[in-house]
Amino acid sequence: MSNQSAGGYYLPQPSHWPIVASIALGFLGFGASFSVNSMGLGYVLLGIGFMILFFMFAGWFTAVAHESEGGNYNKQVDASFRWGMGWFIFSEVMFFAVFFGVLFYMRTISIPDLGSLEHQQLLWPGFKADWPVAGPGIKDTFSPMAAWGIPALNTALLLTSGVTLTWAHWALLKNNRMQLIWGLALTIALGMIFLGFQVYEYSHAMSEMNLKLSMGAYGATFYMLTGFHGFHVTVGTIMLWVILFRSVAGHFNEHSHFGFEGVAWYWHFVDVVWLFLFVVVYWL
Amino acid sequence: MEAVNTHADHGHHDRGHDDHDHKPTGLKRWLMSTNHKDIGTMYLWFSFFMFIVGGIMALVIRSELFQPGLQIVKPEFFNSMTTYHGLIMVFGAIMPAFVGFANWLIPMQIGAADMAFPRMNNLSFWLLPPAAFLLIGAQFAPGGGAGVGWTLYAPLSTQAGPAMDLTIFAIHILGMSSIMGSINIITTLLNMRAPGMALMKMPMFCWTWLITAYLLVAVMPVLAGAVTMTLTDRHFGTHFFNAAGGGDPVLYQHIFWFFGHPEVYIIAIPAFGVVSQVIPAFSRKPLFGYASMVYATASIAILSFMVWAHHMYTAGMPVQAQLYFMYATVLIAVPTGVKVFNWVATMWRGSLTFETPMLFAIGFLFLFTLGGFTGLVLSITPVDVQLHDTYYVVAHFHYVMVAGALFSAFAGIYFWLPKWTGRMYDEKLGRIHFWLSLVFFNLTFFVQHFLGLAGMPRRIPDYALQFAEFNAISSVGAFGFGFSQLLFLYIVIKTITSGEKAPDRPWEGADSLEWTHLPSPAPFHSFVEPPVIK
Amino acid sequence: MRNLGVNKWIFAVASLLSSVAAWAEYNLNLQTPHTLLGQKIYDLHTIVTIICVIIFVGVFGFMFYAVFHHRKSVGHKAAQFHENTAVEVAWTLIPFVILIALAIPATGTLITMRDTTEADITIKATGYQWKWGYDYLKGEGASISFYSTLSTPRAQIDGDDVAGRQANPHYLLETDNNVVVPVGKKIRILTTAADVIHAWYVPALSVKQDAVPGFIRDTWFKAEQPGIYRGQCAELCGKQHGFMPIVVEVMTAEKYTAWVASQQTKAVAAKVDPDKNWTLAELKTQGEKVFGQNCAACHQATGMGVPGAFPALSGSKVVNGPQQDQIKLLLNGKQGTAMNSFKHLSDVELASVITYTRNSWSNHTGEAISSASIKAQR
Ligand code: HEA
Ligand code: HEA
Ligand code: HEC
Ligand code: CUA
Ligand SMILES: [Cu+2]
Repeated sequence: MSNQSAGGYYLPQPSHWPIVASIALGFLGFGASFSVNSMGLGYVLLGIGFMILFFMFAGWFTAVAHESEGGNYNKQVDASFRWGMGWFIFSEVMFFAVFFGVLFYMRTISIPDLGSLEHQQLLWPGFKADWPVAGPGIKDTFSPMAAWGIPALNTALLLTSGVTLTWAHWALLKNNRMQLIWGLALTIALGMIFLGFQVYEYSHAMSEMNLKLSMGAYGATFYMLTGFHGFHVTVGTIMLWVILFRSVAGHFNEHSHFGFEGVAWYWHFVDVVWLFLFVVVYWL
Repeated sequence: MEAVNTHADHGHHDRGHDDHDHKPTGLKRWLMSTNHKDIGTMYLWFSFFMFIVGGIMALVIRSELFQPGLQIVKPEFFNSMTTYHGLIMVFGAIMPAFVGFANWLIPMQIGAADMAFPRMNNLSFWLLPPAAFLLIGAQFAPGGGAGVGWTLYAPLSTQAGPAMDLTIFAIHILGMSSIMGSINIITTLLNMRAPGMALMKMPMFCWTWLITAYLLVAVMPVLAGAVTMTLTDRHFGTHFFNAAGGGDPVLYQHIFWFFGHPEVYIIAIPAFGVVSQVIPAFSRKPLFGYASMVYATASIAILSFMVWAHHMYTAGMPVQAQLYFMYATVLIAVPTGVKVFNWVATMWRGSLTFETPMLFAIGFLFLFTLGGFTGLVLSITPVDVQLHDTYYVVAHFHYVMVAGALFSAFAGIYFWLPKWTGRMYDEKLGRIHFWLSLVFFNLTFFVQHFLGLAGMPRRIPDYALQFAEFNAISSVGAFGFGFSQLLFLYIVIKTITSGEKAPDRPWEGADSLEWTHLPSPAPFHSFVEPPVIK
Repeated sequence: MRNLGVNKWIFAVASLLSSVAAWAEYNLNLQTPHTLLGQKIYDLHTIVTIICVIIFVGVFGFMFYAVFHHRKSVGHKAAQFHENTAVEVAWTLIPFVILIALAIPATGTLITMRDTTEADITIKATGYQWKWGYDYLKGEGASISFYSTLSTPRAQIDGDDVAGRQANPHYLLETDNNVVVPVGKKIRILTTAADVIHAWYVPALSVKQDAVPGFIRDTWFKAEQPGIYRGQCAELCGKQHGFMPIVVEVMTAEKYTAWVASQQTKAVAAKVDPDKNWTLAELKTQGEKVFGQNCAACHQATGMGVPGAFPALSGSKVVNGPQQDQIKLLLNGKQGTAMNSFKHLSDVELASVITYTRNSWSNHTGEAISSASIKAQR
């Protein structure tokens, strides 16, 4: 059966990937629920779920790459992808906005409240609401993360990676495959160095600074914000690898390269999130 | 909509006839579907199934509340019923129902072949079953379902049993489904319109979904963030919602309602869209004030981000904040009023007939407005301090969600059933379904206003004796309403199996593309070539 | 009025048919307010409702006119107008103006409502799963402190004593210790909670304020007449949420003074000598009471708990293990579970309840826990 297309818009044949994805998420949902409650079966289910998920991603994206290279996607399909990616990134922006909002709320509302006179008299004697702070019920102390060490370096790394990626993009538009590959490789390298630094920073924070996830307001917001960001860098790096392989395999040309651009948008988005992070988490 | 070519036989549906050859069959057709109509059908059936599940939970609630005293269920089970009734009705019944409508109708109404991302479309649907398994499975977790309310307020939710984790992951999956579904809808509407179908020519239903999808993409991640923090508070030692660690239980409420208030419009706005198609069709008159309808809907959506704390008037916040949220909230009455007035003006001096879809649309109009007015009463802070967390609130939101969204969904189903199945429903039974629903609905929920005014708190399994009479009435009504829905099921099945053959355009006043350009039943691929829109 | 059972079905049907007048005997409106502020709120509600009813009747007057006169079956032909800028602007602006008119009195009332300054008496109300604790902090009666739990007998609730329930005018709205305040004085209530969010709600006094764990919130009222006003917790707080009532007893100034005095003598009498050496038997008897008030809701009087939700204490490893661990658990609670800290109980209470659990049901440790060991671990 040939692929259906209407007015040139590519309509895929029935596909088993969605149902595979849904089975994977079923396993992950139950597996994660059982795991967090320390039920033995949990990790098994989680493992199966991740395996199916990985298999699904690999299969689905391969299918898409083939369709793309097979010349199935016309301009309109390309535009759909752009809209889709744009709105996906918007949803990510909202997700990060929540955690920035939490940090803002804690610093300007809940912690000052807890340190107010009446709260000190009746509930939390002696609590001083000076940021950075864990919270009135946490006796342990920690040192906050300074901005002008690794974090500043990481900022520089990410900003540079934005430049190298733009260079790769520019090369792609010029059809200069060598520069494209180099640009991508450099971007990946910078991303991985960033991640390496972050891992080091975390281990240092936990072992030397007693800064843990359980360290109240500061610990929770610090790890959740930087952690989710780090996770996004990881995902972005993996996607860049994929794009790198596809570029090496000769995919993309100056007219058709949505795969590249989608990943580039994502990378820049992650970059911008980091800038906000650097300012509000580390600096202020 | 005069711009649209209105000759039914002029369309490009000749492909419709040899269509069977291309239709995948059997399990493959449903499990692996990339067809917007099949996916829409699955959404609608799923939603009806969840409506029954959530409805049975409501009947458990109403049975326990029939009399004072604890008779049938334990309090913790009662709380769990309340919680999952709310969650299942909102996320499992109403939202998927309207996504089902969107899938069926948007490509047909804008002259597209299918949705922009047909494969992802199927994923959006197939994520619902695992989420439903998680929610229903939560009932069997050690300690039973989480009796924390559909709002999942911390710290009650951080101390609940393992059921809470199943619920949290269910919400994550539902969120992914909604986000993907919405991105698909937005992209379809922005990128797949037939040439000539300008945005301001789209049927109102398409507009309402464009706005709803935008709301969904904006707020589902917020809910995901909220439950993620609940999860880490429960298991990974964070203190987001715990004062001891500088967090605040009220912070959870802010985040939840930043999602929650837009969410209630996510439920209401597509319902507005359906009604905006039905009323003009049976008034035989174009929708009054199309442009102002679009602007009003958009204003409602924008305002909905700025009013969330009207659910938290008693949680404690500075008086200035309370004032701001009160002012912002009452403002929503203005664009909603515009919509109500426009619908009435559409009927004004029309040539009205009252087939079942129109009856449900009028029922919607009347009762939704009533629910809107009780919303306005609640938005006045000092009054809300009296009524918050009482049955007045329960009455308010069932008016807007059951008589609002659900009635609108019924209107839509009767309206489009001929196009979907190629067969007419039984008009007489349809009308009986309407009148039974109308009477029993009011019997169930009107009296709850009085309970709330007199001070009966919500989410309680037992109550003081002065509330007994109205609770008994309400319970009788609930059973009547529930069983009336069996009639609906019967009507739908009868239509599919043995309904009379429907004409391509059974409703004289219906003028969007699916009526004017496509046969009944609509072919598997609606518009293989884009239609001509003048 | 309290016709139960089968009668209710008859009533349900009958009331449908009965006229509006017959309904008047049921409570169709807010409870009669007993404070000046409450009266304002009551009036505000009346105004909003009337405005809504007027608009409602107006809008649907038009709609029903159309429904009856502009129908096809009477031969009405559809007009084709679909826009009219003038009316559209009018029905945007008029509601706007009405809303502003509404917002003005609402603003005034709200500002009065939130003004908790210059209170005569300040009382802290602490929500616990599932009871209220009261501490009189300032003004006459300061330092009085007690717990208040539901006093309706279990048998009435569970249906073993239906007759008793029907004869009980204050079913579920009665407590062992009422909050007592003087008439005509501004009472400021500070709310907080020990475990989850509760809400302090007394409709006739027009107050409702959430009690948020770890935070202090406040509200106030000034009762105009002596009387007993009943309300209940209004925020879902777990399984016994429906069973934590609030009863406020408003007394004349003289009676209040007498009450304060009686409370203070009671407090002195009840004050136990912390250095007293309790015997095991004494601790057990005292402990059984404490257990009934604090623990039985979850762990059950039988000590068997609720499988899956609340562990059995009978045969529990913790209860039969080292006493320090159990003391620590009770003092700190267990994060992320319903087992909250009970450090608000006194040393003696904790010692006795722990002793009780360690020597009841299938547990026979034979240990008597001294209050000193509680103090040592605090
Ligand atoms: C479909 C869902 C839906 C819709 C559309 C609405 C619409 C509105 N809601 Fe409702 N609401 C809910 C679903 C919805 N709500 C739910 C689920 C809850 C409870 C959640 C929970 O706690 O579990 C809730 C709770 C809720 C509260 C909190 C109550 C409490 O817990 O204390 C408040 C308070 O302000 C409120 C207000 C409003 C207002 C002002 C509107 C307005 O949009 C209504 C506007 C409409 C009109 C006013 C009628 C038409 C207008 C005219 C004819 C114009 C002329 C009018 C005037 C000039 C007055 N709602
Ligand atoms: C759109 C959403 C929606 C819908 C449609 C409904 C529908 C109904 N709701 Fe629901 N409700 C909510 C959303 C909704 N509700 C929410 C969000 C809450 C708040 C939860 C919370 O507090 O956390 C709530 C809470 C709520 C309460 C308050 C509970 C409490 O505070 O403890 C009550 C009580 O009367 C109630 C009743 C009902 C009833 C009688 C119906 C009826 O309309 C249902 C009718 C349907 C049926 C009964 C099913 C029909 C089928 C059959 C009967 C067939 C039987 C079949 C077989 C036996 C095979 N609801
Ligand atoms: C709100 C419900 C609730 C109340 C009230 C309550 N508990 Fe608990 N308790 C729990 C829960 C839930 C656990 C299980 C915690 C866990 O997951 O380990 C628990 C655990 C315990 C344990 C440990 C049992 C074991 O074997 O692990 C002891 C001992 C205990 N509670 C004693 C008490 C005492 C004594 C009181 C009263 C002073 C009390 N509890 C009041 C809910 C409660
Ligand atoms: Cu305490 Cu509800
Ligand atoms: Cu709202």
